[in-house]
Amino acid sequence: MYKSWWKILGAVLVTYSTIAGFLASVPPLPILHQSIRNLYFHVPMWFSMIILFSISVVHSIKYLSSNQQDDDLKSVQSINAGIVFGILGIITGAVWARFTWGQAWSFDVKQNFAAIALLLYFAYLVLRNAIDEEQKRAKISAIYNIFAFPMMVVLLFVLPRLSDSLHPGNGGNPGFNAYDLDSHMRMVFYPACLGWILIGCWIYSILFRVSSLEKNKQI
Amino acid sequence: MQLIKEVKFLIGKELLLEWRSKYALNGVVLYVVSTVFVCFLSFVSLKGVTWNALFWIIMLFASINTVSKSFLQESKGRQLYIYTIASPLALIISKTIYNVFLMLLVTLIALAFYTLVFDYVPQDMGLYILATILGSLSFSTIFTMISAIASKAGNGGMLMAILSFPVIIPVIIMLIKLSKNAVDGLDRSVSLDEIATLLIINVLVGAFSLLLFPYLWRD
Repeated sequence: MYKSWWKILGAVLVTYSTIAGFLASVPPLPILHQSIRNLYFHVPMWFSMIILFSISVVHSIKYLSSNQQDDDLKSVQSINAGIVFGILGIITGAVWARFTWGQAWSFDVKQNFAAIALLLYFAYLVLRNAIDEEQKRAKISAIYNIFAFPMMVVLLFVLPRLSDSLHPGNGGNPGFNAYDLDSHMRMVFYPACLGWILIGCWIYSILFRVSSLEKNKQI
Repeated sequence: MQLIKEVKFLIGKELLLEWRSKYALNGVVLYVVSTVFVCFLSFVSLKGVTWNALFWIIMLFASINTVSKSFLQESKGRQLYIYTIASPLALIISKTIYNVFLMLLVTLIALAFYTLVFDYVPQDMGLYILATILGSLSFSTIFTMISAIASKAGNGGMLMAILSFPVIIPVIIMLIKLSKNAVDGLDRSVSLDEIATLLIINVLVGAFSLLLFPYLWRD
């Protein structure tokens, strides 16, 4: 029990935020209307993705200094989990854009750069498949992963701020705080973020354990 | 001081090898010139945005071909020999500097030929040349590191493209924006943002290459 408290917490928070996200009251806003509820789903996806990719970079650095195969497995599995969250983030974003900006994919810089950031990680997976030898694969992909991470940060957080974008917080737009994130919404939004991050870590730990069992031929 | 000596020696070696065969330079100049010519024959006259975008696309493919040679071309035996006599830092620094020189030369020749053939000069030629210099700098730093990764992974061209495109896209977008400002002859103070971003990306990539290359090089 004392080891799985965070999984229970994650499950409770996600359940709570999903129910409250659909049922609790939201401030009436022009254009956004009820679609503002997507805030509880779209934003936590990206937070979870960033956290999972950070975990992966930490394990890649660990791998380069220790050469433990487990670190390599951890880093690839957290990327696998992170990519799922990234794709979900893009889809929820596209749905949201469909109803507020008028088009699912309106060539907004934020959307484009997010897609390119995901391409970086798809390239990482392709790179892994291209190398047969285990040690070599682990080393080279760890290096590429560390190289890609700062690029991902630049793509997601630096470049969109420099050009025109409809996305809140970019292109001179105020962030969501300035819109109307009243205390009601914060009560749901923060738990949703924490909950989804915990669920992401849980998925990653399961993926890691399965793959490490597979590797040791125990399944 | 040992490092500087090694870097100088390795750059000398690259220049000497290049001077003897004149393969890379002649090859890429011919490549660029014939691509420009093909474009000229198909477009006949070009102006403004298209002129600018086409130039960067030509340069992108020319540089990916040129710079990827730096590691993919070296035979196993020669790599082993360099490994025994020089430090990895000296190697990556010398390769990057050599590639920057090569790309500068090629980009300037290409630009001269391109303006000549299409008979179109951007309004702010000084800024445009600055953009091409920054472009060749960024292409060389990024592609040198990626080509090292691709050559270690052992299947050259295809992997090189997959790994480098997501990394180079933000740079290309910044470059196109910057050179678009030059084409339109906007006031130079408008472009400071783009120049700063490009320099930051370069410093970032350079720092990460220096940190990671020693791990990559050690087999």
